[in-house]
Amino acid sequence: MTSFLVRRILGALMILLIISAVTFYLFYAVPRDPARAFCGKICPPETLQLVRHNLGMDEPLFVQYWHWLVGIFAGRELVQFGDCPAPCLGYSFATQEPVFGAIVDRFPVTLSLTFGASIVILAFGIITGMIAAWKVGQPLDKIASASSVIGASLQIYFVGPLLAFYLVDTMQLIPRPSYVPVTEDPVGWFTHLLLPWVVLSIIFTANYTRMTRSQMVEQLAEDYVRTARAKGMSNRAVFFRFAWRGAMIPIVTIFGVDLATLLGGAIITEQTFTLHGIGELAVRAVQNNDLPMLLGVTIVGAAMIVILNIVVDVLYAFIDPRVRLT
Amino acid sequence: MTTVSWSGEPGTSRGPGPFLSVRDLSVEFSTEDGVVHAVDGLSFDLEKGTTLGIVGESGSGKSVTNLAILGLHDPAHTQIGGEIWLEDRELITADRATMEKLRGDRVAMIFQDPLTALSPFHTIGRQIGEVYRKHRGASKKEARDRAVEMLRRVGIPQPEVRVDHYPHEFSGGMRQRAMIAMALVCDPDLLIADEPTTALDVTVQAQILDLLKDLQQQFGTSIILITHDLGVVANTADDVLVMYAGRAAERGTVREVLREPRHPYTWGLLSSMPRLNSSVDVPLKPVRGTPPSLLNPPSGCPFHPRCDYPRLAGPELCFGQRPDVSPETGHGDACYLTLEQKRELRTTQASDQTEAQIDARTEDGA
Ligand SMILES: Nc1ncnc2c1ncn2[C@@H]1O[C@H](COP(=O)(O)OP(=O)(O)OP(=O)(O)O)[C@@H](O)[C@H]1O
Ligand SMILES: [Mg+2]
Repeated sequence: MTSFLVRRILGALMILLIISAVTFYLFYAVPRDPARAFCGKICPPETLQLVRHNLGMDEPLFVQYWHWLVGIFAGRELVQFGDCPAPCLGYSFATQEPVFGAIVDRFPVTLSLTFGASIVILAFGIITGMIAAWKVGQPLDKIASASSVIGASLQIYFVGPLLAFYLVDTMQLIPRPSYVPVTEDPVGWFTHLLLPWVVLSIIFTANYTRMTRSQMVEQLAEDYVRTARAKGMSNRAVFFRFAWRGAMIPIVTIFGVDLATLLGGAIITEQTFTLHGIGELAVRAVQNNDLPMLLGVTIVGAAMIVILNIVVDVLYAFIDPRVRLT
Repeated sequence: MTTVSWSGEPGTSRGPGPFLSVRDLSVEFSTEDGVVHAVDGLSFDLEKGTTLGIVGESGSGKSVTNLAILGLHDPAHTQIGGEIWLEDRELITADRATMEKLRGDRVAMIFQDPLTALSPFHTIGRQIGEVYRKHRGASKKEARDRAVEMLRRVGIPQPEVRVDHYPHEFSGGMRQRAMIAMALVCDPDLLIADEPTTALDVTVQAQILDLLKDLQQQFGTSIILITHDLGVVANTADDVLVMYAGRAAERGTVREVLREPRHPYTWGLLSSMPRLNSSVDVPLKPVRGTPPSLLNPPSGCPFHPRCDYPRLAGPELCFGQRPDVSPETGHGDACYLTLEQKRELRTTQASDQTEAQIDARTEDGA
């Protein structure tokens, strides 16, 4: 287990290194000059040169990358902005604020969104899938299966405003989505995020219903389930003590893969409900050619996915004793 | 008819009639390709404390028959007809709760493939123990102790350690033993063993068969032993049922069927079996052709496309009308040849074999 974690964390660091290097390089491959933007509309060449120097952009690319990397662990001194203590992801070109601070401010929003939506997706998807499998071929199964097809074909930016219009404006059932820190007001946190959670989870839930159903049906036809029946186990015991374990294995695997997509969905959801999360930072960073911010957001997003994937793998070993974490 | 409490102690008085009686059983599966007639009009009896060997080619319906006894077919895709009487209880029409109480307790099954038949997600001890908990209301601790005891009984070394292992940590032979331990945990009255030894080497195979014999002597268990191996049947069974295409081809005591086989299919089975005691290698003569489609069983006798004697027995009968097993009790077979014809054919076949032996010998000499 320890050696597994060490290996996985080292692997994760490698991945993050590669992702940051690639993002760094790609940003420069785009023929736009952030220094020029920084310098303003009327920009004499000498000033441009100075700005470049102050931003550290007159050095070779790999040196810049190295400085950036060192900054994360040791902090760095920036000509333009002054001291930047570790972990330093630099300062935003656009707003001049420290990138790390900006991300830390907004991280709880995105984390809450993704975490809550994951719970809704798994709980709802698995429960409806189980019900469908329990009632295979019966009306309840057909309803669950049909609604999952409809769910899968919906879009966040379509369902979001629609539901907001009905539930928030017309019926006033729930408050307008916003972020209330969970530490201040857990109930407010919950009610204000309910709609974004539901909207973000709709497209995914359908998939999990379908998968759970088909996996359960498949597991129920397995030999070991027949053995359980031959031992006199009731249908319910067979269902909840035996078959579900087998069914959960592929679900957990797929969920690990879906996490990245889910994070993408969270960005769209933030945009839809104007929540001030990392997604908003990312979109703005792209619009503003804001390299430090873009890099910071990319790395934090990637780190989140990589960490969650390790969690998923540990979970996997819990479900299936044949899996060894080595 | 004397009614006996069904859950009575094994060995106490029974009603008249055999312990297990299968009458005109049919099992049909609806599939995308059509209806598979896996078992069709099968009847047999099993007496208390005896062993019935069921033999037949792969696909002849041995497993399907026995799954029907336990009521383990998926009712959504399966039509089951006929009657299955266990003492004074009919099992096909029995309700779910009755069957659940019966399974694992009075009737237990050892499955063909112990790797897939054990749950990969639970320890061996738990899988054995939960049967005991379910049927005997044992506590967790008692169930575990019982599991250890059962593992010891089937000869698993270090049962106190092994009880907490998962199936994937067991060898094939140990898994099979664990499977047997699981089936025996409640001392069942009827044990169905579906090829319990096919996956094992000869030594382990003998040990396991001995184990089943001991059990039978100790508890008076009735056993249905499904196997491809006629040698196993000769050593362990009292009666034999030869199945072909979901029907009975021949039935009788081991002695009758193996010494004086009557059905041409049984002849084929016997002559395709290598004999340990034959002085030279008699060439094996497998039954020619392939088993019939169960989607579209042949008309008349299902064996006729592979049989050498329809002309002798009367083609209009063999091709047109399905033979029943006759006589109804004792040594019987489903074939239109007369007993004289069969006897005669057997003698010539035996002399054929002697010729083959002579051939083999001369070839050896050359
Ligand atoms: N659920 C099912 N649906 C459709 N056909 C089935 C089903 N189960 C069994 N069959 C068919 O029924 C026939 C008999 O199968 P069965 O498993 O009883 O054979 P068997 O005699 O046990 O063979 P083996 O010696 O290989 O175990 C086979 O042709 C099989 O394909
Ligand atoms: Mg079989």
